[in-house]
Formats: sequence, C-alpha cells, structure tokens
Amino acid sequence: MAVLVDAATRVICQGITGRQGTFYAEQALADGTRLVGGVRPGKGGTRHLGLPVFDSVEEAVRATGANASMIFVPPATAADAIRESVDAGLPLIVCITERIPVLDMVLVKRLLEASCSRLVGPNCPGVVTPGECMIGIMPRGIFRRGRIGIVSRAGTLTYEAVAQTTANKLGQSTCIGIGADPIQGMTFCDCLELFMADPETEGIVLIGEIGGIAEEQAADYLKQHKSKKPVVAYVAGRHAPAGRRMGHAGAIIEHSTGHAEAKIEALRNAGVHIAESPGSIGATMASALGA
Amino acid sequence: MKVYEYQAKQLLDENGIQIPRGAVASTPEEAASVARELGGSAWVIKAQIHAGGRRAGHFVNDQEEQGGVRFVSSLEEVRETAQEMLGHVLVTNQTGPDGSTVNRLYVEQLCGVQRELYLGMLVDRRTSRVTLVALGEGGVNIGSITSRNPESVLKIDIDPLEGLQKDEARNIAGALELTEEQTEEAARIMLVMYSMFMSLDASLIEINPLAVTTEGTLLALGAAMTFDDNAMFRQETIQALRDDAELRWGELDATQHGLNYVKLDGNVGCLASGAGLAMATLDAVKFHGGEPANFLDVPPAVEVEHVKYAVGLILSDPDVEAILVNVFGGGIMRCDTIADGIILAAMEFPVQVPLIVRLAGVNSEFAIVRLRDSGLVTAFAEDIPDAAEKVIKAATEARLKVQRKWWQRVHGLLTGKNESVDRTAE
Repeated sequence: MAVLVDAATRVICQGITGRQGTFYAEQALADGTRLVGGVRPGKGGTRHLGLPVFDSVEEAVRATGANASMIFVPPATAADAIRESVDAGLPLIVCITERIPVLDMVLVKRLLEASCSRLVGPNCPGVVTPGECMIGIMPRGIFRRGRIGIVSRAGTLTYEAVAQTTANKLGQSTCIGIGADPIQGMTFCDCLELFMADPETEGIVLIGEIGGIAEEQAADYLKQHKSKKPVVAYVAGRHAPAGRRMGHAGAIIEHSTGHAEAKIEALRNAGVHIAESPGSIGATMASALGA
Repeated sequence: MKVYEYQAKQLLDENGIQIPRGAVASTPEEAASVARELGGSAWVIKAQIHAGGRRAGHFVNDQEEQGGVRFVSSLEEVRETAQEMLGHVLVTNQTGPDGSTVNRLYVEQLCGVQRELYLGMLVDRRTSRVTLVALGEGGVNIGSITSRNPESVLKIDIDPLEGLQKDEARNIAGALELTEEQTEEAARIMLVMYSMFMSLDASLIEINPLAVTTEGTLLALGAAMTFDDNAMFRQETIQALRDDAELRWGELDATQHGLNYVKLDGNVGCLASGAGLAMATLDAVKFHGGEPANFLDVPPAVEVEHVKYAVGLILSDPDVEAILVNVFGGGIMRCDTIADGIILAAMEFPVQVPLIVRLAGVNSEFAIVRLRDSGLVTAFAEDIPDAAEKVIKAATEARLKVQRKWWQRVHGLLTGKNESVDRTAE
C-alpha cells in the first residue's frame, strides 16, 4: 500500500514535448512509471519518447485509460491545462509549473471543489511512491521503499527529508511535495489524513516553511485527529530576513505573522516532534519510532 | 510587486474612486510649489515608501521621533518637513529594522473628516477566494481594533464564478452605519475594487482610511496595493510602476539573473538550490552559531552562466569571510552545473576566502571530483550540519588570520622591523 500513486497508476504528461516535459518523462519511464502518453495541442497523432501524443487530455484519457496527469506547461497557460484535466475527470493532477498567476489558481481551486479531481501543486516537486510510480522532478536514486510518509511544502528540502529517511534505513511509503503557492491543491491536512489511514506508513514527516497558515492548520488538524503514528516536522526559515509588508488585510484575515517560531510552537503543542536542524529530520524520526 | 501610495491613488482615481487632490514631490522646493498650487492653508505630507505604518514610524537620527505622515499649515513648514524627510531613513513596524530611504513625498490637501472606515481586498489562503474586508472604523489603529474586537470585521468570500454581487456589496456597506447615499457609494467603491483586483492581478487593495468627509462624501485618504509578480507578463501598465530603489546591494542584478538574493549583515556567504533549502542553510548556519552574509536561492532550472553570476555575487561581497555552497541536485538542477559555475566564477573573481561545499543528489560524485581537481574548495561536507560547522570554523579562522597579520604588521612598524611592508596593502 501507498497513497495517491502506485504501480497501477496510468500517467499522462501535459507538455510532454517541451524541454522539461521531455526530460522528466524520460526519468519517469526509466523509473518504471506507467507513463502511457502525452498531450500537446497541435501535435496529436505524433509520437514522442515512443509514446502517443494527443491534442487534448480528453482524447488521451479515452485512448490510454490514464488516471493521472503531470503538468509541465508554461505558467501563462498552466491553469488552463489543469482545468482541462479537471474537465476530463482525471482523479489525480500533479502540476509542477511554477509562477502561475494567483488569480488563475483561485478559479482552478473553485472548479476543483465541484469536481472529483485531486490536485497536487502547483509549484511543487511531485509525488513518488518508490519503485512504483514517479511523477515530477524529484531526483531518482535517493528513495528507498519503506515506512515513512513525507509531505513537504518546500521544494528541494523535500529531497533532504527523503535522503535522511533513506540514510536512517526507514525508507518512504509515499512522498508528496505539495508546493508553497498561496493557493494550492492538496494541503498538509489532506495528506496527513491519507498517511494516517495508510497501513504501510508508520511515521509522517512534515516539512513546512515560513509564510501562510498551512503549518498552523496542520497543527489544528493533528490536535483534533490524534495521530497514532509519530509526526516529525521541520519548519524552514527561522532566521529568514523579515520582508517588508504592505497593509493590514493579511493580518486581519489570518491572525498570523507567518513566522517560523509560531508555526513550530503550534506543531509542538499538537504533539509533533520538532527537528531543530535541517540535518536532523531523519534522526528525529528514527528516535520517535524508537528505532 | 509593491507600488507607492501615490501610484495606488492614481489607479483609484482612474477607476472613479475619489481621492484628495495631491501631487508628488522629490525636493523641498517642489513640495512647497505643489502645496501652493493645491491652495488652501493646510496640507498632509506623506513619505512614499513600499511599506505601511508610516504615521507611527520614526526617522533614523531624528530625536523628535516624528512619523512619515505629517500635517502642516504653512508653505515654510511644508519646505522644512520635506527637508526633514527626503533622503532620510524611515523605520516602521512594516519595514523591518533597516527601514526605507524616502526619495519621494506625496503632498495632499487636508480634508475635514467626520469618520474613518476601512476597506480591504486580498486573496485569502484559508478559503482560496478573493475576500472583501470592511470595518466601521479605520486609520492607524486598525490592527488593534480588529484584535480587540474580531467580531467587528465584516467579511465576504467572493465566488470567482459569480464575482462580487451588487447585493453582497450593499449588505456589507449597509452594516457600516452610513446614510443611504453613502451606503450606495460605499457599495459602488467595493465593486470597483473587485473589478480592479481581477483586471489588474492585484494581491492586495486597501483603502485605509476611507473617510466620510465633513461634506458627507466618501474619500480614499490612504491606499495600499500590491500586485502578483507572477502575472506581470500580462500587466504592462502595472509593470511600468515598478521601482526597485529599495533593493540592497546586488539584489536587483540577482533578480535579473533569475536568482533570489537578499543581502544580510553576517560574514558567511551562502548559496543553495531552491528557496526551502536556502532557508534551511541559513537556519543551520545560525543554529551552529554563525551569521549569514546573504540569502541566495539558485532555482533548479538555471544555466551555468547564472550559477557563475551567483558565485561571483558572493565572491565580490566585501562582507564575506567564508562561503558555503549547499546544493541538492535533482532533475535538471545537476551538481555539475553548480561545479562549472563555481569554476567559471573563480576565473573572474579570485577566491580569497575559504569555500566549503556540500553536494548531494544528481551528479554529485562527478561534480565533487571536478571541484577537487580545480583546487578551489577548502573542504567538502557530508551533510548540512557538517557543512555549517566547517564554514563557521573557516570564517572564524579567516578572521583571526587577518587580525594576526595586521597585528604583526603594526608590531613590525612600532619596533622598526619589517619596514619593507607596504602599508597600503590592507
């Protein structure tokens, strides 16, 4: 068992003919992912990397039976690409693209609410179930199948958590990079719910960072839903320089400063084990599991 | 992207929201002539910086601790006040401790105010909607009003498929205890704010205070706006309002190379791949007792020239006494790109400080060999804690070495020995 993706997941790649799409599609194939086709409007009927290319997601789904999409489409049209996958009823959509305008995502998020699709990202490294399915840009070779579920809001720091759980011989059930955009698909809470219910996952690593309220929401969730599995968190940005702010609206709405200390405190109060240094994520989990 | 208050007000004005008469000035003489042209006998002078909290802020080196928004009643006072503000650093609770230098002032006619209200619009992460916030009070103490009495906040999450509806705006306006005419006007302002928000890709539009004047009209006395950087490719008019004057050394050039660079006050130069790892690198340096000289995030998709530029930026920073490179190669961010960038940079900027390198992930072994052969690296580190400890030790030793050399030289001069030393070398 794992969460979100496994060996049965049939993946298509939107933007497969681009530089990034090509590179990561190759990586996914090399890792044994069931990549079944690609989408690139105007190039339908051609083949790329030995895979069929379609003009639309709908056609691709009809022809291949795909149930997941990874998106490498430039920011100006990425939201449209997500909408296309939502319209085609894909259960899982992983959008790697960064720098998508926020208001485009407000609309996408609204459409997702009325659909049965799940979105991971945007601006995220993807989803990996080691040995079964690899969607996104995470480096191969650092994973090891095992018992830790990882959910991360910080891109490259996700790899750090993976490498450390591998080094500590814990391994990963599934690793989900949810991205740090203000409007995102799956949240910490959504992923915590999946990991808490997954029998293969014995411990959960949560990687947060400054800004927003996602870590506080995760803390509230854990307080309400008491995880039987240990949760280890690292929050990046304790010593990040304070940015200049504008206006009061953010503070009025969020009642939060977005500072690391407040997030760490909230998580600690919810019973989460805090990794004090970015280098101690794996060791903190190992000791929490009593391994 | 932030804009100045005067730019925000111009946008409001262009969209049919009433603002007080005013104009920008960048010298005391200009400020006085603006005031003269505006007429009347009382004016407000407002420092233009990319942050709020100006009225309660203070200027560095000003004993009287006066803020960045002042009320004056003679042309002579206009000139004097402008003199005190222009070119000086204003610190507010929103600027951070370094403050911002004031290069422009906005001079406005003073208006009679009966009451102050607050209107704000932003993207609410909790609901993933654009949210309108309104309050029956406004002005400088807005933060304490809402924390004392959160129930007083009127709020509506706007459905992006429907947009802000007339009756929704009227409902909110109706709760502000205004006259019928003012309620109608307040609702109209809210609808204009929403259409501006959507068409200009705003991330914040705030009117604070929205004044009820003694004549009974509604006037936007204060305004703040920020816009979505990600949407600038389709917002040429907003992009034209950009002013990068508040960036510190190196920050603007870095942005143009696709790098996220923030200058800090310490002596350990830091370079990492990805914002999360870059923050974690800073945290680790601090955790082990060091002081970072900068934040520098090299995004995954960069080319070797950008890495070269990034390394050069750190090498040419006079505050840097040791450098930590911390990269986790993944996908198209390969460690050998980083290695090549370092080697290329070293050809232009001699590496005179210790360089500690931690590489992991894609092509790390290969990159380490290449760097080892270059002879540029003082030490390689296994993981983040190891890297942080090594770089701090190196920075401390580098500083001691410089001090020791300096003392030897002073000692040599005092004792008459070692006279051949070139005193201008340091």
